[in-house]
Amino acid sequence: MAEIQSNDGGGKKKKGGSKQKKISVFVDFTPMVDMNMLLITFFMLCTSLSKPQTMEINMPSNDSKITEQEKDKVKASQAITLVLSGGDSVFYYTGLPNYKDFNSLKMTSYKPDGLREFLLKRNTEAVYKINELKQKKLQLKISQEQFTKQVSEIKSGKNTPVVIIKASDRASYKNLIDALDEMQICNIGKYVIDKITPGELYLIKNLQTKGGLSQSAAK
Amino acid sequence: MSKVKVARKSTRIDMTAMSDVTVLLLTFFMLTSTFVKKEPVQVTTPGSVSEIKIPETNILSILIDPKGKVFMSMDKQSDMVETLTKVGNEYGITFTSDELKKFRVEPTFGVPIKNLKAYLALKTDEQDKVLHTLGIPTDSIDNQFKVWVKSARATNSDLRIAIKADQTTPYKVIKDVMNSLQDLRENRYNLITSLKNETAKN
Repeated sequence: MAEIQSNDGGGKKKKGGSKQKKISVFVDFTPMVDMNMLLITFFMLCTSLSKPQTMEINMPSNDSKITEQEKDKVKASQAITLVLSGGDSVFYYTGLPNYKDFNSLKMTSYKPDGLREFLLKRNTEAVYKINELKQKKLQLKISQEQFTKQVSEIKSGKNTPVVIIKASDRASYKNLIDALDEMQICNIGKYVIDKITPGELYLIKNLQTKGGLSQSAAK
Repeated sequence: MSKVKVARKSTRIDMTAMSDVTVLLLTFFMLTSTFVKKEPVQVTTPGSVSEIKIPETNILSILIDPKGKVFMSMDKQSDMVETLTKVGNEYGITFTSDELKKFRVEPTFGVPIKNLKAYLALKTDEQDKVLHTLGIPTDSIDNQFKVWVKSARATNSDLRIAIKADQTTPYKVIKDVMNSLQDLRENRYNLITSLKNETAKN
């Protein structure tokens, strides 16, 4: 392949008794391969083939001009408040905080049988509808555009829960991402990251001491 | 007695085909690759199921290390120069064209403004040594991070903000950054994560 055979003076074959000159030009490609391999290694090590994933997030405005009335009030029956605490533990309560009953705050984990199960149970309707839509999309009954449009419609529906995520200072960034991830997995369209209040810290402490704080307050 | 003739075979292997393959691979890698930017700190992003890819251009990425140091990088070099001039104006510092030229090629920046001139005077390898100990101040008294973001936004209005933080970073630091962004009415931003496969049970 890399060989070129040339007959010097092919026309004068067997004439004149001169000796034939056969030159074989064989190009050795081994160094070329070596160099290419080196370059490939370099490119493989220095590049990022897959672009990083990203999560888009909309935060509420910090603007102090927005008065309390202008803020959308969330129906207490639909509100779920997640309190992310240190040590990979997460607490939640539904509706308004109940400072008297320490059992109103529940502790759970980021594992699939913890937080996710609870959220899916609260959001069964939307999850069911979206799964149906996914089936339809797989059977090519609806297009991608229709799919995303209908999914966002379902997610912003009236009876879907609203999740308020509050992270304490001891929670890690991973905890926050995990919580946001659960929102995606459980098809919850309405969620917000909010600042933690002293009331929630009190609730956690109260739960950890099994109502010790509210008992001492009652005395 | 007959001599057994051993056929002499050449051990030469034709490398042309091999060369063809490697060149092909090389071309593929050269065309598909984007170079990894040098980052002053090692950051492991948390996994997420989100499958949105980050856009390639007009990105202002904010890098947060586990200790809470904040660094920034921009993808357009011309924007970087303009941003630096604007930040300099804010603090009453003018940068020489040499300093601007040096800042232009920095992959990541994150130096308190009063140290920036001294930092730019250093050689590249010395810069690498000190950069990870610095970082842009984000505390409420001296929030230089806000000024940087504001200047970057003023330079390029299409800029998208992406936060890349280590998974062990305490939320306190993230909160500071997010609050600063909210104060600037930057309410939409991206959180960079790595892919994790997990779906809800049906």
